[in-house]
Amino acid sequence: MNAFIAQEVPLSWYLILSAVLFVLGIIGFLFKRNLITTFMSIELMLNAVNLSFVTFAQQWHTVKGQIFVFFVMVVAAAEAAVGLAIIIALFRARSTLAVDRIDLMKL
Amino acid sequence: MNAHLHLWLIPLAPFAGFLLNGILGRRMPKWAVTTVALLAPLVAFGVVANVALGVFGFIPAPSFLPCVETFGNWINIAALHVDFSFVLDQLSLVMLLVVTGVGFLIHVYSVGYMSDDEGYARYFSFLNLFLFFMSVLVLADNALLMFIGWEGVGLASYLLIGFYFQKKSAADAGKKAFIVNRIGDVGFLIAMFLLVANFDTLTFTEIATKLGQDPGWTGGVVTVIALCLMLGAAGKSAQLPLYIWLPDAMEGPTPVSALIHAATMVTAGVYMIARMHVLFNHSPFALGVVAVVGAATALFAATIGMAQNDIKRVLAYSTISQLGYMFMACGVAAYSAAIFHLVTHAFFKALLFLAAGAVIHSLNGEQDLRRMGGLWKKLPVTFAVTTVGVLAIAGFFPFAGFFSKDAILYAAFLQGPSGRALWLVGVVTALVTSFYMFRLWTMAFLGQPRGELAQLHESPWSMRGPLLILALLSLGGGWLGVYRSAGWINMERFTSFLTPVFGGRTAAGGSARLELALSAVAMGVALLGWFAAYRFYREKSTVPARLVEAYPASYKILANKYYVDEIYGAAVVKPLLGVSRYFLEWVVEIGVLGGIAWMLAGGAKFAGAIMQYWQTGNLRSYAAWLAAGAAAVLLFLLVPWTTVLAYLAAFHLGLAGH
Repeated sequence: MNAFIAQEVPLSWYLILSAVLFVLGIIGFLFKRNLITTFMSIELMLNAVNLSFVTFAQQWHTVKGQIFVFFVMVVAAAEAAVGLAIIIALFRARSTLAVDRIDLMKL
Repeated sequence: MNAHLHLWLIPLAPFAGFLLNGILGRRMPKWAVTTVALLAPLVAFGVVANVALGVFGFIPAPSFLPCVETFGNWINIAALHVDFSFVLDQLSLVMLLVVTGVGFLIHVYSVGYMSDDEGYARYFSFLNLFLFFMSVLVLADNALLMFIGWEGVGLASYLLIGFYFQKKSAADAGKKAFIVNRIGDVGFLIAMFLLVANFDTLTFTEIATKLGQDPGWTGGVVTVIALCLMLGAAGKSAQLPLYIWLPDAMEGPTPVSALIHAATMVTAGVYMIARMHVLFNHSPFALGVVAVVGAATALFAATIGMAQNDIKRVLAYSTISQLGYMFMACGVAAYSAAIFHLVTHAFFKALLFLAAGAVIHSLNGEQDLRRMGGLWKKLPVTFAVTTVGVLAIAGFFPFAGFFSKDAILYAAFLQGPSGRALWLVGVVTALVTSFYMFRLWTMAFLGQPRGELAQLHESPWSMRGPLLILALLSLGGGWLGVYRSAGWINMERFTSFLTPVFGGRTAAGGSARLELALSAVAMGVALLGWFAAYRFYREKSTVPARLVEAYPASYKILANKYYVDEIYGAAVVKPLLGVSRYFLEWVVEIGVLGGIAWMLAGGAKFAGAIMQYWQTGNLRSYAAWLAAGAAAVLLFLLVPWTTVLAYLAAFHLGLAGH
């Protein structure tokens, strides 16, 4: 391993943290019934991926990974805006946010 | 080559007419349709006549014939080269004069004949299309280009036979013509394949060159090629056993019968054999087949013609019979005699058909000879021109048919004992021909009127004009073949004109005296036919009725055309329909194809029935499947399978080893 990095936190730790966050996101997505929690789980997965991007950018001393992170964050922000709007509309129409009960396209 | 004759104009003018009238015809005023329709053949005829005027009167022909004009390369595969190229030599010149000349006259006639028809523009566009393909057929300098024209005229013929397509009989007749011609076309196609395989070329002159390098090459593959060509010619020219479509083709408008089914298209078979004469010359057997088929057809069709009562059907059988004469001439290698008869036949048969059309037109569609009679007083012009036509086809001196028919019979007579048999058949046919033509003439024009004649009127001038011109040609056309030389009338003018194409082949044993004697026999036979017909069919004659009573079986056979249609129906059509219905429909269509379709549909349905349980509509189950799929892909990508397998194998072997 590179001596320069060996003094700092090892690469694998970052990656393991990223994987743990991602799996937590998946679990939250799969097992939570509230739509807002599901939505937050997706954000968690995105940020887990962001973390690994930044890690590798640091590892290889390139800026590409950082740029990607910005892209992901912009998309996530847009998605949050649209997604929350949809959730509000859904709640107004159905008076519930339990995903199990929102399984039909038509009212 | 040398002089540019602008041969491309000949097919292109009718094609332009076809496009104009076919696409815009319905929106154009009638006079515009007429102008376009008449200009097309006129331009073509003008180009041909321009060449011809420089040609006729010179024997041997001037040096610019044959003239080949190439417009581009078509096919270039290995040794095979096929060009879009036209050839104008003496043979195609004669043929083109007939096609465009008679074609133009019939266009003019049609203006009067079809004037009240709804499909006026459609009719003329088809007629122009026919002229386009026919001139391609005639001008082609290779077999493949000829085949395009050959198929094209078949298409035009189909369209025009079925012109009154609302009538089932007309639509059926069109289909019949097309299907029967297909059988012949198979022969033509196979002949072309064999030509490519054996000669590496489809160009007529190159085939002749290659055969000429090996004069001893006879029989074998050349015979097969020639016989296949003969099959094609028999289909197009309505010879035994493929003649059955032509009588039915009379369902089309009468000018079409005159142009396509009498004067030009049906003679394409004769023209094709004449074009390929080199091959036939190298195969005595094929020539014999051509001669026998021709003679048999001539007699066979003529006998049927005796007992028909539809005026157009009589003429149709007479056309088949005359085509038989031409084949007979080809069969004794007298190609120029065949072409000569083709020309004169085009004149007098077109005349007879057009006159019959005028009669039918005047009688408002009546075609039954038994309901005509006494028409000569009401239709004097039609009567006069029909008389000329009948005299010409019966072979009376000095009408056109006399010279050409004599040339054929004379050529046949000189071919030894078998040739004399052909000659005898030809003479008997001439007798029968004369009989049935005068029968038609007597029944239609003489005697007392048998129908309502009050409102009869002679046809308009656009119809009478072409009739008169064709009558003149039928009267004088035969003299094309005659000139005075050395103090004696020489009948070989036409032959020497065509010698550059066919080569000089004079049979031994001929003399002017013999020819004169044979002519006298033919004339006598024709007179006999006239006399018999006159005795039989003038007023109140009981002879035909008594004859029918005495020989009911023979009359029935003739009236029913030897039951050939019925025999074909039982032997070919019915089994084919049976195979189609029971094997193709039930086994192949429903069983095999339907079975496969059912299996595909059933499989999809079954798969759908299972898969639908996936589509629960539950968001979290979709997400779970997505995650599981991603996990499976990761597993597949990340696990070093080869290492794992190798380890497992080693472990297994290790176990086995211990």
